[in-house]
Amino acid sequence: MHTLFRISKVTILIQTFMKILVCISSVPDTTSKISFEENDTKFNKTGIQYIIGPYDDYALARAVELKETHAATVTVLNVGLADSEPQIRKALAIGADDAVRIDAEPTDSFFVANEIANYAKDKSFDLILMGRETTDYNSGVVHGMVGEMLGMPSFSPVMELNIDGTAVKLSKEIEGGKEKLETSLPCVMGCQEPIAEWKIPNMRGIMGARTKPLQVIAPSTGSLTAIEKYELPPAKGACKMISAEDAGSLIALLQTEAKVL
Amino acid sequence: MSVLIYTELADGQYKKSSIEAINYGSKVAAQLGISSIVLAIGAASEADLAKAGNFGSTKVLHAADANLVAENIMAYSKVLIETAKSQNASVVVSAKSALADAVMARAAGALQAGLVGNVVELPDTTSGFKVKRSIFSGKAFAFTNITSDVKFLAIKKNVLALEEGTASAPVEKISVDTANLTESSKVTETIKATGTLSLPEADLVVSGGRGMKGPEHWQPLLDLAEALGAATACSKPVSDLDWRPHHEHVGQTGVKVSPNLYIACGISGAIQHLAGVNSSKVIVVINKDPEAPFFKAADYGIVGDVFDVLPKLTAAVKAM
Ligand SMILES: Cc1cc2nc3c(=O)[nH]c(=O)nc-3n(C[C@H](O)[C@H](O)[C@H](O)COP(=O)(O)OP(=O)(O)OC[C@H]3O[C@@H](n4cnc5c(N)ncnc54)[C@H](O)[C@@H]3O)c2cc1C
Repeated sequence: MHTLFRISKVTILIQTFMKILVCISSVPDTTSKISFEENDTKFNKTGIQYIIGPYDDYALARAVELKETHAATVTVLNVGLADSEPQIRKALAIGADDAVRIDAEPTDSFFVANEIANYAKDKSFDLILMGRETTDYNSGVVHGMVGEMLGMPSFSPVMELNIDGTAVKLSKEIEGGKEKLETSLPCVMGCQEPIAEWKIPNMRGIMGARTKPLQVIAPSTGSLTAIEKYELPPAKGACKMISAEDAGSLIALLQTEAKVL
Repeated sequence: MSVLIYTELADGQYKKSSIEAINYGSKVAAQLGISSIVLAIGAASEADLAKAGNFGSTKVLHAADANLVAENIMAYSKVLIETAKSQNASVVVSAKSALADAVMARAAGALQAGLVGNVVELPDTTSGFKVKRSIFSGKAFAFTNITSDVKFLAIKKNVLALEEGTASAPVEKISVDTANLTESSKVTETIKATGTLSLPEADLVVSGGRGMKGPEHWQPLLDLAEALGAATACSKPVSDLDWRPHHEHVGQTGVKVSPNLYIACGISGAIQHLAGVNSSKVIVVINKDPEAPFFKAADYGIVGDVFDVLPKLTAAVKAM
């Protein structure tokens, strides 16, 4: 952002940095086979590869792009236990400047939003980005909650984002199409493709990430919900095959047997 | 105390998913012995709004101030927050949708309410308030106890059989001061496909993958969709390649659908695709490769060339 100061006849342009906060989740790889343990009360992490939430990864990529074209700093925040640090380091390798980990299991949307808002409230971030939803619990509400808690407008799912000074142009998906909007900083956004392409860290980024600051903070609040038990869907029955020659007979089956037409 | 149901209107009518939410919310209200109140924002006739009574609600609150038309999230959520307070709502229910998520999120944030999305069953209120919800994009379920005073639920589509009666609900106009909230953003352009069915709302979906070979070959699929009155969808590579618009992309990173019927044409059935469609009631797969993983998740399968099979299906539908 540019701030103009006019002192008598001299105009001084002071360049201030746009401060961007990117919130990332650490989630099971999208190809993971899901299972539970301890009598279906706990998610089984054995053999699960964790990744930056795919939608959060888009938000991060756009933030890093904005850094290339604007004077900006990118802080990445994760509410998670120490085992999400590889994902945080990856975000730093992709181009975030520093990181914060709120040291707690991200047990529900309200809790995560509250922790983000508590961290951000006195740090004057101009832009808070995250994915439209996490791919584990799919609630898609943390951005809205953070916006409300900080008194900022919130937008989701954002597919294009451009910033000029404090003017923000974005497009977001709506049912059956998209909507273009103009707003101003500060604001909160939940992002999805094609806002940016996922970035793969390069060797220099990976080396640099090791020494970038990662602050660990204790949580300040608690959850409003608790998962008591998990369940897997029942196994799908056998697939009834119909020959291609006789394809039309499927329609009768859908009417009389499956009763969906 | 009350159950408050946040609804969405399209062309002056409750959206189908909102009717499902009214039905769900009214059942929760009956379970708890409290009233079921509908909140509707936007233009609609009193007669159409009163139809909430058919699905179990006893009162409709209608906010239609002129500045509430642009779907300004902050203003909408302010209306929901104030109404939840004035109606002493202990449960707030909505359908799961992009707009409802945004409005419900802000309201839950303001009311310090635990919010659970993708709810698939009525709550168990015998001890605590436990709801079953779909997680991992349909790959599993979680039973979640909500411990806050006010509880927010977003209902997944097509999870309860609709029960329709003949009662009508009185409609009351309400006005919430949102004047200072409508300036934070302005819509400069809305690009919306016209004449097509809304994908998240649809009961029948015909979807195409890379096996459709290119956007110029979509006609047979569109013909079947039209004959069925189905919405169209596609796999991620298809929207990435711009063969189809992005809002048709279903899957783990796209729209999640749970229609009665999902017909997949030339889609391999990658785990990320299945994640967005696996709660469909009936899945039909058409693929020329008998080994395509999608057949394992299907109810009916046809091994064959989509361009041979689709016209046969369309002809059979037309002969129905
Ligand atoms: C993080 C992540 C998230 C993802 N999210 C999603 C998502 O949300 N949604 C999604 O769809 N994908 C998603 N993907 C991509 C996914 O992994 C697959 O690549 C994708 O679903 C494949 O699309 P497809 O089935 O159209 O294409 P392909 O896998 O190429 O399959 C084409 C199929 O068409 C069949 N075929 C070809 N010609 C014909 C013909 N003439 N007649 C009949 N059949 C024919 C072939 O046998 C093949 O099975 C994601 C991937 C990642 C890594």
